[in-house]
Amino acid sequence: MAGKMIEQERYTCAIGALQSVVAIPKALPILHSGPGCGMMVRGFFERSTGYAGGSTSPCTNFSESEVVFGGIEKLRKIIANSYKILNSDLQVILTGCTAGIVGDDIDSLADEFREAGRPIVTVETAGFKSNNFVAHSDVVKAIIDQYTNIFINDNPVRSEKKTINLFASIPYQDQFWKGNLRTYKYLLEQLGFKVHVLFGPESDGVAEWQQIPRANFNVLISPWYGQSIVEHLENIYEQPFFKFPHIPIGANETEKFLHGVLKFAEGLNVRLDYPKAENFIKRASAAYYEELDNLATFLLEFRYGLPSYVHIIHDAGYVTGLAKFLLHETGIVPKEQFIVDNTPEKFQQSIREDLQSISAKKIVPLTFEPDAGKVQDIVRNIVHEGRGLLIGSGWDKELSREKGFDFISASVPSPYRLVLSTGYAGFHGGLRVMEDIFNTVLASYR
Amino acid sequence: MKKINLNMPEVEVRENRLGSITGFQGNAEELVKCSGSGKLCDQKRSFSQCLDCSISKAACMVTLIQDAAVICHGPVGCASCLHEFAFTYRVNAPLRNVARPTQRRIFSTNIGEEETVYGGGDKLAESIRSVYKRTQAKAIFVLSTCAAAIIGDDIESVTDEAEKELGIPIIAIFCEGFRSKVWTSGFDAGYHGIARKLIKPAEVHRKDIINVINFWGSDVFTQWFAAFGAKPNYITPYSTIDSLSHSSEAAVTIQACPTLGSYLGAALEQEFGVPELKTPPPYGVAQTDRWFRELGRILGKEEIAEQLIVQKKAEYLPQLEKIREKLKGKLAYVTAGAAHGHALLSVLRELGLRAVGAAIFHHDPVYDSNTDEADALAQTVRDYGNIPNYNVCDKQEFELVNMLHHLKPDVLLARHGGMTLWGAKFGIPSLLIGDEHFSMGYEGLIRYGNRLIEVIENDEFVKNLEKHTINPYTSWWLEQKPYTFLKGEG
Repeated sequence: MAGKMIEQERYTCAIGALQSVVAIPKALPILHSGPGCGMMVRGFFERSTGYAGGSTSPCTNFSESEVVFGGIEKLRKIIANSYKILNSDLQVILTGCTAGIVGDDIDSLADEFREAGRPIVTVETAGFKSNNFVAHSDVVKAIIDQYTNIFINDNPVRSEKKTINLFASIPYQDQFWKGNLRTYKYLLEQLGFKVHVLFGPESDGVAEWQQIPRANFNVLISPWYGQSIVEHLENIYEQPFFKFPHIPIGANETEKFLHGVLKFAEGLNVRLDYPKAENFIKRASAAYYEELDNLATFLLEFRYGLPSYVHIIHDAGYVTGLAKFLLHETGIVPKEQFIVDNTPEKFQQSIREDLQSISAKKIVPLTFEPDAGKVQDIVRNIVHEGRGLLIGSGWDKELSREKGFDFISASVPSPYRLVLSTGYAGFHGGLRVMEDIFNTVLASYR
Repeated sequence: MKKINLNMPEVEVRENRLGSITGFQGNAEELVKCSGSGKLCDQKRSFSQCLDCSISKAACMVTLIQDAAVICHGPVGCASCLHEFAFTYRVNAPLRNVARPTQRRIFSTNIGEEETVYGGGDKLAESIRSVYKRTQAKAIFVLSTCAAAIIGDDIESVTDEAEKELGIPIIAIFCEGFRSKVWTSGFDAGYHGIARKLIKPAEVHRKDIINVINFWGSDVFTQWFAAFGAKPNYITPYSTIDSLSHSSEAAVTIQACPTLGSYLGAALEQEFGVPELKTPPPYGVAQTDRWFRELGRILGKEEIAEQLIVQKKAEYLPQLEKIREKLKGKLAYVTAGAAHGHALLSVLRELGLRAVGAAIFHHDPVYDSNTDEADALAQTVRDYGNIPNYNVCDKQEFELVNMLHHLKPDVLLARHGGMTLWGAKFGIPSLLIGDEHFSMGYEGLIRYGNRLIEVIENDEFVKNLEKHTINPYTSWWLEQKPYTFLKGEG
């Protein structure tokens, strides 16, 4: 899983998935780990404290004595006291490398609390076991198995035909997660669905997590991360899933996504008002193209220089989503592309095919390489005619300056850009990407 | 007892070497007394929140060396906050006249489950070769992590081998998080590696160079030292491997913060013969006087020191009265690392405020120089009186929140990230100054005083935030005594 040395990491280790707990309203991550793990995660994502992350999260802060004698006693006290000190609806214990190697039995400890009527979730997130792309799914599955399942009698499986569970952006790892989830929820509601987004301000918190079984089916928007969640739900609740393999940015892909969901629902005989849903898509698309029409003159005539090609250094969902959008809806041509999310090999072929479907006339060279320092060296040696655009993380600002590229920071770590509730998904997300790119270009003229 | 031993690969952690503690509740005078009599005993907590670890402390001292590369030997997560230093390096470069700040070279060996079973030594050796090939760095630092330490990787042997093979210094730094409860042990670990492997015995002794151990604050020393005919040699941010190796040639070593530089200051004196200026850094009028006098004495330029003091006081002190009038009687609470916390306590009281308490991250009863002369807490107590509610608290937010709720100060002064938020949530104007030199010297008092007046005056933002803020703490907890979960030994 781990693989080779990495320079300029663009994701973090498994315990970084504590941010998925932070993203659930009023949930509390409890770390059974070394003293620095929480700080490393907080430093990686920045501005990511949420309700009870960062310096608020309880932690056993392993010292020599816990490494030698185990840390269960310390953890027991901390959990018990966290109920007194912090208000929270859900407690999730995450383990670090120290606890993992020492072999503390946190499940038996959690059982003590469960027997006393305190639902508590445990998940193994030792950093050497996996990374946060993978561990996000482990956290979600652990909550479903250890928390959601407790409430199964009140939430009959697939009892709400028009309800769906959405699994898409990984909180904080996708810095646009809040905006994207809000967009997906809005769009799907307009088609007639009720949507559990599960994370962020659009979620109803634990009440929504309890109702996961009620959904008729699941929607996965991801090339690979999160797929084990929907497969798990298929196994335990027989909920089928619809998968869209990249982030739908702009009109083409958003329409394709929405039509895909509608078709899937039709196949399950979900009784939606289909003509009304189609009409919504049509109107949203028309509004989008009105903007693009307005912008086209600028794109075609701006004579002081616009980027003509793009390199993207990002996770698989963004590389494909952005590349398709930029080519068809702005005319910026994707050249060499780089996926740095440590994509498991079994998903790489389908991602290649998805990106290659961008155009019958083009080959877009694609490299899977989590060592982003190495990726930078490759980019450093590529030469193309025209003005280049680089979409990557804060690490790439320096490289962009070196190469004379226009630079958009759109991935973590993100020291040079704040993202609050901005999203890149959907019709509006596409327009926002355009604003970001062309405002950057215009700001280069002083 | 000698605290420096450069023959050992690892430096002892602070709790063993200096008797440092992370839990204490009482007042400053008591703590000074206990420290002096060797009666300091650490207290443990039955609830705790995320701390910090030695890695990022060691890393900040080696990542900012201009021509070095850094490898964190562990899972990918153990290097994940280090990008912050790449940002710092680039943003603060103009303050240190580095015209073209280069990309920081930060690597993780990215060990996985396989290495935890079979060992990660080979992977580290291979990584060191790749890093050298990719970066052509003048030196490579290898940071240890919890996982690498528990599985027992012999990092020292691997780095020694690599050093022979590649012909550049490859320096192992032992800074795994679980080893020390005092995360500033990471500074010592970094400096230990630098002192062992980089600093060379002096061939010449230069009267015109003064070592400055500090973070990445603004360059105030070039101007200060000019009067003495000397220039600063900054250690380690923005230094080079070459400039570090010549640190042994300086006339004296000064520190912006003894929490940071304790170990290296002492190592330079004891192992390389560079005298260390031991009196605490120049925060507050009285201590600035002493500091310049001591600097003059070590350099054999007492008269210049006296002239400088007179001249600077004439220039700045008249402004001080006006500032004191505005700040008089305001209540301040301080949360910071040890030495800088002591500095802030001097500064705020010099400016006429009253310290109602402090949450200081740890306490070193003595520094590596092993002298009472360096005791900054004792100095601020002597100069400005006792401090009530002086607590040693390693960034335990729940205690800070409770304390602020009870004490309701007029202003919160902080030094580390994450803490000012809680002042603001309670509607308390809060100030964090990142530049450790900002309030230094006589002119620093004026700068800091004016900034404080501004912060206290413009409280509209925090007052609005207070009305709407989210507070995860229970009302039960806010009504308890702040140190309910801080017990004695055991």
